Amino acid sequence: MKNKFTFAEAIKKAIIYSMKKDPKMISYGLGIDDPKGIFGTTTNLHKIFGERRVFDVPTSENALTGIAIGSSIAGSRVLFSHQRFDFSLLSFDQLINNAAKWNYMFGGKTKSPSITIRVVVGKGWGQGPTHSQNFQSLLAHIPGLKVVSPAFPEDAYNLLIDSIFDPNPVIFIEHRWLHGVSGGIKRNKISLGDVHLKQRGKNITILGNSIGLLNVIKVNRFLEKYKIYPEIIDCYSISPINLSKIVKSVKKTKRLLIVDNSNTFCSFSSGVLAELVQMKKINFKSNPVIIGNKNIPSPTSHYISKFFYQDSLSIFKRILKTFGISNYEIPTELKKNKYYHDVPIEKFGPF
Amino acid sequence: MLRNKKLSKRIYFNSLRIRMIELEISKRYHEQKMRCPVHLSVGQEFLPGIIETFFDKNDKSVSGHRAHAHYLSKKCSLKKLIAEIYGKKTGCSGGIGGSMHLIDKSKGFYGSTAIVGNTIPIGAGISLSMSLNKTNKNLTYIFLGDGAVETGIFFETLNFVVLKKLPCLFICENNSFSVYSELRKRQPKNRKISKLVSSFGIKTDSANTTHLNDTFKKFSKAYNYVKKKQMPYFVEFHTSRKLEHCGPNYDDDLNYRDKNFLNYWKKNDPVEKLEKTLLKKKYLSKTEILSFKSKIQGEIIRSFNYAENSKPPKFEDLNQNLFSK
Ligand SMILES: Cc1ncc(C[n+]2csc(CCOP(=O)(O)OP(=O)(O)O)c2C)c(N)n1
Repeated sequence: MKNKFTFAEAIKKAIIYSMKKDPKMISYGLGIDDPKGIFGTTTNLHKIFGERRVFDVPTSENALTGIAIGSSIAGSRVLFSHQRFDFSLLSFDQLINNAAKWNYMFGGKTKSPSITIRVVVGKGWGQGPTHSQNFQSLLAHIPGLKVVSPAFPEDAYNLLIDSIFDPNPVIFIEHRWLHGVSGGIKRNKISLGDVHLKQRGKNITILGNSIGLLNVIKVNRFLEKYKIYPEIIDCYSISPINLSKIVKSVKKTKRLLIVDNSNTFCSFSSGVLAELVQMKKINFKSNPVIIGNKNIPSPTSHYISKFFYQDSLSIFKRILKTFGISNYEIPTELKKNKYYHDVPIEKFGPF
Repeated sequence: MLRNKKLSKRIYFNSLRIRMIELEISKRYHEQKMRCPVHLSVGQEFLPGIIETFFDKNDKSVSGHRAHAHYLSKKCSLKKLIAEIYGKKTGCSGGIGGSMHLIDKSKGFYGSTAIVGNTIPIGAGISLSMSLNKTNKNLTYIFLGDGAVETGIFFETLNFVVLKKLPCLFICENNSFSVYSELRKRQPKNRKISKLVSSFGIKTDSANTTHLNDTFKKFSKAYNYVKKKQMPYFVEFHTSRKLEHCGPNYDDDLNYRDKNFLNYWKKNDPVEKLEKTLLKKKYLSKTEILSFKSKIQGEIIRSFNYAENSKPPKFEDLNQNLFSK
């Protein structure tokens, strides 16, 4: 039996697992049953589960979010997939004014909607200002919504199942560049709200998730040379977030770098940092650092989109700076391929 | 239209030009220098070809993701379009926007962007402000596809323009598909978009773009109505794209479009039909067609050269224009 799966396959397996487990579960989204099957994550699901449970929808994101909430109230778990996070913006009224507080505002006399909203973050090949935004921070800001953003196929698999079966609205963020990444998959329950200690270390804590975490992992092996032993924490659940695990780590390492996959002002990273600096018992040895995307919309032109994102190289440089190391060599593996900075693999674009 | 030799030749030239431009983008896309998504209008050129002949600098346009032809129908610069797709600073949006975010205010093209439906109210707003000046013969084009008809904002805007009697001309290009999804998967069978819209109290019409005269007549009627009466109008034009939804390729090997549908549009391609008709009527000779083509090809080559030779934006350009000064 196959034991390696791509991130995209992991997503599909999680949906199949969940829909088999709950025969009332519904799954929809634009293009869910088309030849591309949302980047291969939903191909043929309509054939397995029938067109009443898996179906394509009109371009009506706001209404369909409300419809998901309503279906959930009547007993169906709903998974709604968006091919870009940007398209889900139309549904923010339903998400924020209804889904996030449905149980709270009725004094607990009903239930929160058990809906999962999958959103894909685009990057590169000129995705530009309206096709590459990541609103993780914006939604993590809303009490009542859970926000998760995994980096590895196995976590994607487990987290998606756990999101679907969570009795609350969950935003499930997938970075487009991760869909082709592969790894093993084993089912184990993840409690939403936890963070995961990916690597034990000594003198710096690095927080990240999704593509940012992969960037950190690429840098990891070049640090030992400089006596830097990072403790890497995967914040695959950014809201709620398990701060105590983070605090424990930072108390030990006394240095902190947070890698953010969105712009950094009023963000996931700045929020976590704000919590930490208010705690008296952490004595930072150097200024904690946030690294993320620039606080501007993402430009389309590939000539300048390369300056917009954090990447392994900028993370590498920032870590060394934190340790006051200015004399270093840039590993060739981290040097940018001048032409292809905007695609994860050579044959990629336009989507 | 087909009785007017000069006019029909001009429309042919315009449509041919748009087709040749789009096909050149398609042909060169694989060079990987145009690194942004492109939604091409091959197959849908005839209507924009007509619209160009009604050019009035004071008319405004807004559009969506598939906007090259709408931009060109407003006589906007081809060089700047190609440079934009190349991500160059000389592009119509400085390279920041790419194919999905075009603008040329000097020609009345007020912007196209890529979230389905989201420029529809922008067009109404432009109309609202312009209508403060009653002496003008105002008109704002709002281009949309059949997919955009499924958005809430479309209906909210319709209600408002009818309420306020705004001089908007809605041009709905119904190509029967939203990406790979056929219309009847998204909207009930047998319901006509124009009929649905007319129940809002707005004048509507519809035409099949393969019927050349009828398309011209309906467009012309709608245009003149909005101009004279300063009231909104909605026209649904049936059309079909030849290439994939997004990108440079043909994708009919994926079999998401019915064979009959494809055959119908293959046989009834408006641009080819127009060419044949004009040849038959002897309005146009084969040598004239060749000279049209070489003239257009010359312009295309110059525009691509311009884009290739233009400077890219720099790091310093990244932070420009977030706020107006
Ligand atoms: C709100 C939103 N949802 C989904 C998309 C993805 N999308 C881009 S183009 C498109 C199809 C729109 O179809 P239509 O309006 O008929 O225009 P056409 O592409 O056929 O010209 C979709 C669904 C989007 N851009 N915005």
